Amino acid sequence: MTWLGPEEWQAVALSLKVALWATLGGLPLGILTAYALARWSFPGKQLLNGLVHLPLILPPVVTGYLLLLTFGTRGPIGGALQEIGITFAFRWTGAALAAGIMAFPLMVRAIRLSVEAVDPRLEEAAATLGASRMWVFATVTLPLSLPGILAGAVLAFAKAMGEFGATITFVSNIPGETRTMPSAIYAFLQVPGGESSALRLVAVSVAIAMSALLLSEMLARRAAARVAGA
Amino acid sequence: MTLRVDIRQTLGRFVLDAQFVAPPGVTVLFGRSGSGKTSIVNAVAGLSRPGDGRITLNDKLLYDGARRVFLPPHKRRLGYIFQDARLFPHLSVRQNLRYGGWFAGQHDPADFARVVEMLGIGALLDRRPGRLSGGERQRVAIGRALLSRPALILADEPLAALDEARKAEILPYFERLRDETRMPILYVSHAPAEVARLATSVIALDGGRVVAQGAAAEILGDPSVTPLGPRAAGAMLQAVIAVQHGDGITELSAGDLRLLVPQIAGAPGAAVRVHVQAQDVMLATARPEGISALNVLPARITALRLGGGPGALVQLDAGGNLLLARVTRRSVAALGLAQGQAVFAVLKAVSVARDGIAGAAGSQR
Repeated sequence: MTWLGPEEWQAVALSLKVALWATLGGLPLGILTAYALARWSFPGKQLLNGLVHLPLILPPVVTGYLLLLTFGTRGPIGGALQEIGITFAFRWTGAALAAGIMAFPLMVRAIRLSVEAVDPRLEEAAATLGASRMWVFATVTLPLSLPGILAGAVLAFAKAMGEFGATITFVSNIPGETRTMPSAIYAFLQVPGGESSALRLVAVSVAIAMSALLLSEMLARRAAARVAGA
Repeated sequence: MTLRVDIRQTLGRFVLDAQFVAPPGVTVLFGRSGSGKTSIVNAVAGLSRPGDGRITLNDKLLYDGARRVFLPPHKRRLGYIFQDARLFPHLSVRQNLRYGGWFAGQHDPADFARVVEMLGIGALLDRRPGRLSGGERQRVAIGRALLSRPALILADEPLAALDEARKAEILPYFERLRDETRMPILYVSHAPAEVARLATSVIALDGGRVVAQGAAAEILGDPSVTPLGPRAAGAMLQAVIAVQHGDGITELSAGDLRLLVPQIAGAPGAAVRVHVQAQDVMLATARPEGISALNVLPARITALRLGGGPGALVQLDAGGNLLLARVTRRSVAALGLAQGQAVFAVLKAVSVARDGIAGAAGSQR
């Protein structure tokens, strides 16, 4: 991509890295949360549901500021993590955390729907054949909710690619470290003559989003055909 | 194998209160829909938790309400054949069949081949369940349950979702299961013909309670036990093929009785079961002459049950076999029928339906 300048290319690469880690890191927790919300009943379920959805409803700048308070170097969690050498504040890891949290509700919603669509009678059948709850989950529930998991992952990836408000509040806009595509576009628009760079990044944004969407459609269709047993 | 069930469970307004012992062979839970059959099977399988009671299989405790013992389903080693097959759609037929064996920690290729051969599903192994017909699906489900090496097979109306042709296709496999694998089976049904063909013993259920239990011929021939109402009553004869006549008629021998029915495949000496519906049996006080019915059987009335409506059920002993006849109360009065009286039971050969005859040896055990 020679038509991208080094600064622009850096932003694209960083965004891909951040979004990838945000998605992969959130996936196990997302699947667990979706399964718990779909299948279990426990006290505080509505609270958990509300908590998961909070980033969707709160202004992103509020989420970013809350992240800064908790995961910043002087925050309760951030301080403890720094002791063992993990820093989020003003690092790309912090950008991934912010993107992951902002994308989490979308991911959980998609996965939850597909877990709910798995016929519990199939899980019963697996249990009578000798599968413990863990095995039922691994061999029946998980593979059958694969279309939703893929859809959720792609949706989360796209959301993470575009995350701006929480990221810039939490980890600022440091070139090469936390300047993701949306932050870069914003920055380019602030300086005279930056418009062409911004436009190129916008084009890349659109291309990545479109390919992600097409890819997820394709994967979901394949997974659905498999699940339908055809 | 002996399954002992003694459970009480309240499901809304419905109260299940069932005690029975299932001896080896095929034990059929027989009753109309809503009589609690499926609730019992689910409690045995561990898919539901009864409110109170005790379930044991041989000396293994599956459930004890008082001692708070509840063995989870995956530790019970019971092969459950569901009405709707419930094959895993994302797995091939082969993978479905091997699923249970994997958790049992063994895969015996010879055993696998034998089950596949018995059920005739060799050509389906690489297909997915979505591409199977209803009958094929149910055969795979039977195989899957068998190959999980269960101590007991549970079958919850496995034929109810199939059309008549598919039923006729699957029923023989259960007979082979009974006769060839000697697998103990707890089988739920509300179809009298199915019960007559399969059951070694019958547990009759009504309104969540066991109303009768015993050997199949005994329960089916009991006029006081009609879980589906007197209309559906019918006795089961255990017979052997005596002569194959050239005109398409098979002569059976059951006790001291000779019975003519439409052709049944099988060599002389082969054991068969015949389901004779009570409404197909006519009674006469003198031997009728000049009628087309091929079977005029000397019998003695052993019991009489007058219903609340116009009907009556008459139990007959015909050459050592129990038969039921459904007649009107008016006929009972007109003929002066009474217990101990000698009569003739008239049965048209063609009224013995094809699905009411089973060429199987299960009745011999």
